[in-house]
Amino acid sequence: MSTLALPPTGLRFENIDKRYGGLFALRRVSLEIAPGECVVLAGRNGSGKTTLLRIAARIVSPTAGKLSFPGAVGDSAAGRPGYVAHTTMVYDELTAEENLVLFASLQDVPNPTARAEELLREVNLFERRDSVVRTFSRGMRQRIAIARALIHRPSVLLFDEPATGLDPLGISWLAKTLGDVNRSGCTVVMSLHGESEVSALATRAVQLDAGAVVADTKTGASLRSILSFGGA
Amino acid sequence: MTKRILLGVVATALIIAAAYANFYIAPTERTMGVIQRIFYFHAATAWAGEMVFFVCFVANLLYVWKREQKYDWLGVTCAEVGLACITIVLITGPIWAKPVWGIYWTWDARLTSTFVLWLLYVSYLLLRTLIEEPGRRALLSALFGIFAFLDVPLVFFSIRWWRTQHPAPVIMGGQGSGLDPTMKKVFFFNVLVMHIFCLFLIVERYVLEKLRHDVDLLQREAEVQ
Amino acid sequence: MALFSNTATLLSKELRTEFRSRELLTTTSVFILIVLVLFSFATNPGTEEARQFAPGLLWLAILFASSLMFQSCFLREQVNDTLSSLRLAVSDPFAIFLAKLIANTLFLLLTEALMLPFFAIFYNISLWSKLPALSLVLLLGSVGIAVAGTAISAISAQARMRELLLPLLLLPLLTPVLVVSATVTGSLLDRDPVVQWKGIAFLGVFDVVFLTALWIFGQYFLEE
Repeated sequence: MSTLALPPTGLRFENIDKRYGGLFALRRVSLEIAPGECVVLAGRNGSGKTTLLRIAARIVSPTAGKLSFPGAVGDSAAGRPGYVAHTTMVYDELTAEENLVLFASLQDVPNPTARAEELLREVNLFERRDSVVRTFSRGMRQRIAIARALIHRPSVLLFDEPATGLDPLGISWLAKTLGDVNRSGCTVVMSLHGESEVSALATRAVQLDAGAVVADTKTGASLRSILSFGGA
Repeated sequence: MTKRILLGVVATALIIAAAYANFYIAPTERTMGVIQRIFYFHAATAWAGEMVFFVCFVANLLYVWKREQKYDWLGVTCAEVGLACITIVLITGPIWAKPVWGIYWTWDARLTSTFVLWLLYVSYLLLRTLIEEPGRRALLSALFGIFAFLDVPLVFFSIRWWRTQHPAPVIMGGQGSGLDPTMKKVFFFNVLVMHIFCLFLIVERYVLEKLRHDVDLLQREAEVQ
Repeated sequence: MALFSNTATLLSKELRTEFRSRELLTTTSVFILIVLVLFSFATNPGTEEARQFAPGLLWLAILFASSLMFQSCFLREQVNDTLSSLRLAVSDPFAIFLAKLIANTLFLLLTEALMLPFFAIFYNISLWSKLPALSLVLLLGSVGIAVAGTAISAISAQARMRELLLPLLLLPLLTPVLVVSATVTGSLLDRDPVVQWKGIAFLGVFDVVFLTALWIFGQYFLEE
């Protein structure tokens, strides 16, 4: 995988609250993630994983608390995290290449077309670069989404349930890709259900329940029990 | 609580006093006769309504800036009270117009822009019913409220400069110009009274909104348990 | 400046997306045509009265068409949550609005251009000599409609019953544009044409006011 644009960055959540009306999606979540870690967020549906990732991606603003990226240099587009979620977040009516060039241009990536092609090759979509994304299969959609997220060589990659809907081949490819990304220095935070090749990449796991952190391998909990929502 | 009751009593007493003044103290207008008396109420309500909408605008701005719920409550409160005032203006206008000019409606700048104002704030309230999440509802309706209020002077002047009927029937008998001194006093008394009455309505409606919010909160907490 | 380069990039995306499918342009143009024809059934075109109503009807048709056209503006960003990826990628969220409102203005102008010949034929009005001034009114009016329409589209996309809500929110807001544009167009198409510069200036003021408001508050429309 390509090198990072900027030095490695960590993530720091300080007392993050997120309220929707009267409901707390996240309650006083404090978490420090070091540069280069590969962290798995586990928890039931509705435990706040998606919200936490969207806050980290700066798409959602917290009701209270502070988010920072220790080690981040400056405020350029390259410093922003890459984010992959359930949808591709690209345009169905545009081709794979057009989509990547679009996002590369927006984020001031030098030589957007070359970078787009480079990434298309890395995710094995180069042959389909002139096809509109609407024609893509689930696995291909996953790959274009990852390409979009990595286009600006982020120092942090956020991944919301990456393995959903993938066949075993897809999961293997995903595990390899995420492993490569992490090894190149990128901090990876991903939410997962259960054990798989992907969860095996984790250097750390954190369990969320009802919007709060209830277990952390850093403080002694076991990875296995976190992944099965067992708590500390 | 007692302050609210006191305000309510004072406001009601003042309205009765204003009604008395309108019918018994103000002299009868020379050309229009008794029907002209509705104007004290009509114009005073219009002024009060405009002031209330201005407060709504300020509340909207404050909400976007500070994101405190109380500004959202104030916003919806003022929108509803303002809308009530405007509705009264739109009803009393034709009541006056029919006997005097034989027509219910006139495309006068003030009346027409009042109607558009009414439509804008009805839309504001409708928008609120169509967004469930309270934070989004507050923010998006505040933003629409700001745009709506910025539109108001544009509406008024566009109609006044390009749509006002010529010759324009003079609505207020020449407001302030050549108005009998007693009439002037009665008019400004009405203005004061309507502002106080609107204040009373705002206080009550605000309290209601806060109560609704508290009840909602308690319900949700009960559900979680 | 980052805002302008982002806007240019996004604008080319908007245009490319639309010209690839042309759904918006075709449906909007056909709609305006239908509205004009319906108006002619309701009135009596060719008569002097109809000619007097014609400018107003033209702008009414444009307004109705725009309240359809702007439906998809932000809805199409919800399909794959591209709004989130855009917000992540741009340095200034106003770029998203600016690109969309320029695109919407262009689409409106294109639709109007396609429809003007029909208008001239139905109502037996000669437009050629008045084209420059008419273009100015159409431009300023369309910009105003597009600015308000883009803003309202961002709001209604986040509410229920959005197809009904958008016109409800947008049309009262556009009253000044309708009044002034129809009047200025009317005096342009009169037997003794007059250019109402005050009206044209007023349209400019409307555009500036709402553009400024959108610039100041735009980012809040997209917040989560």
